[in-house]
Amino acid sequence: MVMQTKDLKVLTDPLFENNPIALQVLGVCSALAVTTKMETAIVMSIALTVVTAFSNMAVSLIRNKVPSSIRIITQLVIIASLVIITDQILKAFLFDISKQLSVFVGLIITNCIVMGRAEGFAMQNPPGRSFLDGIGNGLGYSVVLLSVASIRELFGSGSLFGITLLKPVTEGGWYTPNGLMVLAPGAFFIIGLGIWALRTWKPEQVEED
Amino acid sequence: MVEHLLSLFVKATFVENMALAFFLGMCSFLAVSKKVDTAIGLGAAVTFVLGVTAPVNYLIHHYILQEGALEWLHPSLATTDLSFLTFLTFIGSIAAMVQIVEMTLDRFAPALYNALGVFLPLIAVNCAILGGSLFLVERGYGFGESTVFGIGSGAGFGLAIVALAAIRERLTYNHIPSGLKGLGITFITVGLMAMGFMAFAGIQL
Repeated sequence: MVMQTKDLKVLTDPLFENNPIALQVLGVCSALAVTTKMETAIVMSIALTVVTAFSNMAVSLIRNKVPSSIRIITQLVIIASLVIITDQILKAFLFDISKQLSVFVGLIITNCIVMGRAEGFAMQNPPGRSFLDGIGNGLGYSVVLLSVASIRELFGSGSLFGITLLKPVTEGGWYTPNGLMVLAPGAFFIIGLGIWALRTWKPEQVEED
Repeated sequence: MVEHLLSLFVKATFVENMALAFFLGMCSFLAVSKKVDTAIGLGAAVTFVLGVTAPVNYLIHHYILQEGALEWLHPSLATTDLSFLTFLTFIGSIAAMVQIVEMTLDRFAPALYNALGVFLPLIAVNCAILGGSLFLVERGYGFGESTVFGIGSGAGFGLAIVALAAIRERLTYNHIPSGLKGLGITFITVGLMAMGFMAFAGIQL
């Protein structure tokens, strides 16, 4: 199947041009909390991408049959069911990581990206394109999550995916881990500076006063 | 008992601040913090709704969803475990509670209702509310603890958002590098606030 340019644009636009976290300010809640380690960040990214894609498709399929007065609650039920499935799968196959993610898997329900795309895109577009939009936005979220997590894990504990790259002083190496990176403020600083870098690269995203 | 609850309140408000330590409710935290007035409105609404939903969700979890919780209904249900329905039930009960709070306020306190405006319905999808309910299940709080935890974490969220709004009002008069304007500088400000709140760590009554 040849992908049309328009479909491709739907898929790639959210990566840098219209990033859900950096530009639309959606879904920041969980983006910061799960990024102390690469492992949790990658599982969270996959979970969110899958949920967004399928909820977009489901919402788009029923978009002409649901009265607009109850559409929010319908979307919530669809999303909550998908999140329950994801949570059960994680508990069955990746129990350790599911324990580390604790409440944040459940919080995908209230993640603004999922709701925002269902309400803002899937309600007006056919299922196929909505599915692609879900994947695209999930990937845009993943790009931010993984880059923040790699910085925080590398400089905060000197490792990536749990493999030691910079040997910390506590284990007889030379690297002194930067404790701020694994704490809450570190995450805020990295995202803030990341947004600055992105907007210097793409000046059209700069906010006017 | 009172000391324990008071300590929990202080912990939920300052030490484990919803917004600054757990990153919950960030979307509205960043979007609604441009003016102090609206920030106060949202903070009050979140405190109110968290204070109501936390104990209600505790009761739902304790008497219906938990493993063996349905034993009071019939002894044969002693092994039933409905905890996989937690997310769906909580989000439903939160949406319903928000609706009830909205109607009650409209009837009995129209001034407050008008002040809160559009924020009330939006609170149903605020991560801080669902997060609060999920935390109390995970940490195994009792009824009194849940209520205090709900009000305390709501107050903490309110405190943080009002403080951020006040800082952002001042920030508009400053010269900020163009790429950092708006969202970027807000994140850095929140980071500095989070560092400030870390000073509360370890406080116990």
